[in-house]
Amino acid sequence: MRALNHWATLSRWVLCTPALLILLLAASGPLLIVLVYSFLSPGAYGGVVWQFSTEGWFRVFFSRDIFDGSVAPAQAHLQIFWRSVRLALLTTFFAALLGFPTAWFIATRPAGTRELWLFLVTIPFWTNLVIRTFAIQEVIRNQGLINSALLNSGLINQPIQMLYTDFAILVGMTYVFLPLMVLPLYASMEKLDGRLLEAAYDLYASRARVLWHVIVPLVKPGFIAGSILVFIPAIGAYVTPRILGGGRNLMLGNLIELQFGQGRNWPLGAALALTLLVIVLVALLIYIRLVMRDPERDHG
Amino acid sequence: MTPNVTQSDIEIIDLSKIFGSGDEAFKAVDHISVHIPDNEFFTLLGPSGCGKTTLLRLIAGFEQPSSGWIKLGGQDITALSPNHRPVNTVFQSYALFPHMSVADNVGFGLRMLGQSRRQIQHTVSEMLALVEMESLASRRPAQISGGQQQRVALARALAPRPRVLLLDEPLSALDLKLRKTMQTELKRLQAETGITFVFVTHDQQEALTLSDQIAVMHNGQILQVGTPQGIYNHPAERFVADFIGDSNFLSATVVQTNGHSAQVQLRSGAAIRASLPSTLAAAVGSSVTVVVRPEQATLADQGVLQGTLEQSLYFGTDTQMQIRLADGELFNLRRQNTIGQPALPAPGAAVQIAIAEGAAQVVRH
Ligand SMILES: Nc1ncnc2c1ncn2[C@@H]1O[C@H](COP(=O)(O)OP(=O)(O)O)[C@@H](O)[C@H]1O
Ligand SMILES: [Mg+2]
Repeated sequence: MRALNHWATLSRWVLCTPALLILLLAASGPLLIVLVYSFLSPGAYGGVVWQFSTEGWFRVFFSRDIFDGSVAPAQAHLQIFWRSVRLALLTTFFAALLGFPTAWFIATRPAGTRELWLFLVTIPFWTNLVIRTFAIQEVIRNQGLINSALLNSGLINQPIQMLYTDFAILVGMTYVFLPLMVLPLYASMEKLDGRLLEAAYDLYASRARVLWHVIVPLVKPGFIAGSILVFIPAIGAYVTPRILGGGRNLMLGNLIELQFGQGRNWPLGAALALTLLVIVLVALLIYIRLVMRDPERDHG
Repeated sequence: MTPNVTQSDIEIIDLSKIFGSGDEAFKAVDHISVHIPDNEFFTLLGPSGCGKTTLLRLIAGFEQPSSGWIKLGGQDITALSPNHRPVNTVFQSYALFPHMSVADNVGFGLRMLGQSRRQIQHTVSEMLALVEMESLASRRPAQISGGQQQRVALARALAPRPRVLLLDEPLSALDLKLRKTMQTELKRLQAETGITFVFVTHDQQEALTLSDQIAVMHNGQILQVGTPQGIYNHPAERFVADFIGDSNFLSATVVQTNGHSAQVQLRSGAAIRASLPSTLAAAVGSSVTVVVRPEQATLADQGVLQGTLEQSLYFGTDTQMQIRLADGELFNLRRQNTIGQPALPAPGAAVQIAIAEGAAQVVRH
């Protein structure tokens, strides 16, 4: 018996080896490199010089005046951190707001037609992200679809500036990441037992209260999964803010890219990348603490 | 919010429910009219697919009727949505909210009715005591057994003090022993609360044991309504006699009638008196079917039927005998086992069967 267990354990590890190796090489390896680079000095033409320095980390939070060397908080960076967190949160919020009815609609279609609707949700994934983002640009730019329609109808005299604003980034990211919210939400709605809704309705709950007291708590796992799936890529997004934010409204992803490109400051880029990682981890921890609280505990 | 009715009798008037349309249209409930009196244990009994659940869902408000009305305490509730009907349901699958504790499940209806916290706490503990579940109040539904879930579902539906409690085969998922216990429990709860129970089952034994009245359903219609004794002793339809208890069906010809009973001649030539359902008009000379329950027939020296004993089956409390009649039909006869009885004839022996006075019943085909 013991020997058998031993064998089972051993073979399990052996079977896991390829996956573990890939994880080690593809995830931990690059992370380690980034960590090491963040403590080196920038090379003059990009790359790093193998010389220990904390300047990269210092510059994440503080700027040094090039003339008198005085130190001040890196306002620009902090602003970009805040914008990234805020836009990612808003994206998650709007994705949930739009994703919930969408997923509900699909989950309540007759069996057999749901697959078709799900398929339709995934169609945007077939097109390159850059092309889709340019398509949005076409819609919201000053001479774009929305503004021409509004101008022609006489509702406005001046085009509304939507492109190159945080609003544009928000619209673009919500559009791009919406399916990542819809799919897990659908998965948990599909498992929902319709008789629970009838039971609540039978016990004097209005439709709104059935939604709030039964549906929402029961599809919470889908919400959690969807929020994580949307928030993480949203906070690090760089294609969408670059095209729709027009290089003026940077997000963390753009800032990092800048350091590895024109900025030629790889250690700062590496430190920023790790900062992003920390922000994501902290946000996740806070989030999980929040949602794991028992909602049925605190009502009367 | 809920209609203010003092009487809790239900009147169902010419109610129909058609699922689908065109060629696929299916009449699950077919022009049913029935009166369910206040404070009664009323059972809908019928085979699977006869429309019991649909009728119950119409009363609860989950389905809208294709035609007809439902009245509660004289008030038309046909158009009210489920959350506005003072009617609660115990679901077959219990449908307890998995994300709430037992106590929160029981208190759900009260919270939705906007009762005060103190009032809710009071009623919840009262209800949990009623179903003997106080000790598990903080458990989740997944952490209690099926029988306990059943009790919680009952307490949850009873807590808002509905006028009517609807129960859709609530005991069918329980094992036999637990089912017997819960049957007693249900009967007690109905008597203690005075709430009208509309109970759905396909188990005739359960229906006979629990009900004040039984409505036997078949193909979306109610065939007969009556007390368990009335239904069992005087089935009006062949289907009812067949579905409830064991029956022998004998072909006979009407010799003479006098309203509620008839003189009929059996194929054996003997004439017996048989009860006639009020809904059945049997003309003299017409051929009818007569039902005789196995325990209402006895072996006799001089009987009304003749046959050959094929086999005897011993069941402990009684013995069942299968007798091949002269016309080739099989007749079942049951005898209570007591000490010192005369020995049974051996298989193959010729026997005569006597039918107890008042035990024969004419039924509609
Ligand atoms: N929503 C529905 N759509 C179509 N047919 C249904 C629906 N609900 C029930 N039926 C049909 O109506 C008939 C009666 O069903 P039901 O009331 O559940 O029977 P019972 O509870 O007596 O077993 C069945 O033949 C069933 O297939
Ligand atoms: Mg049913």
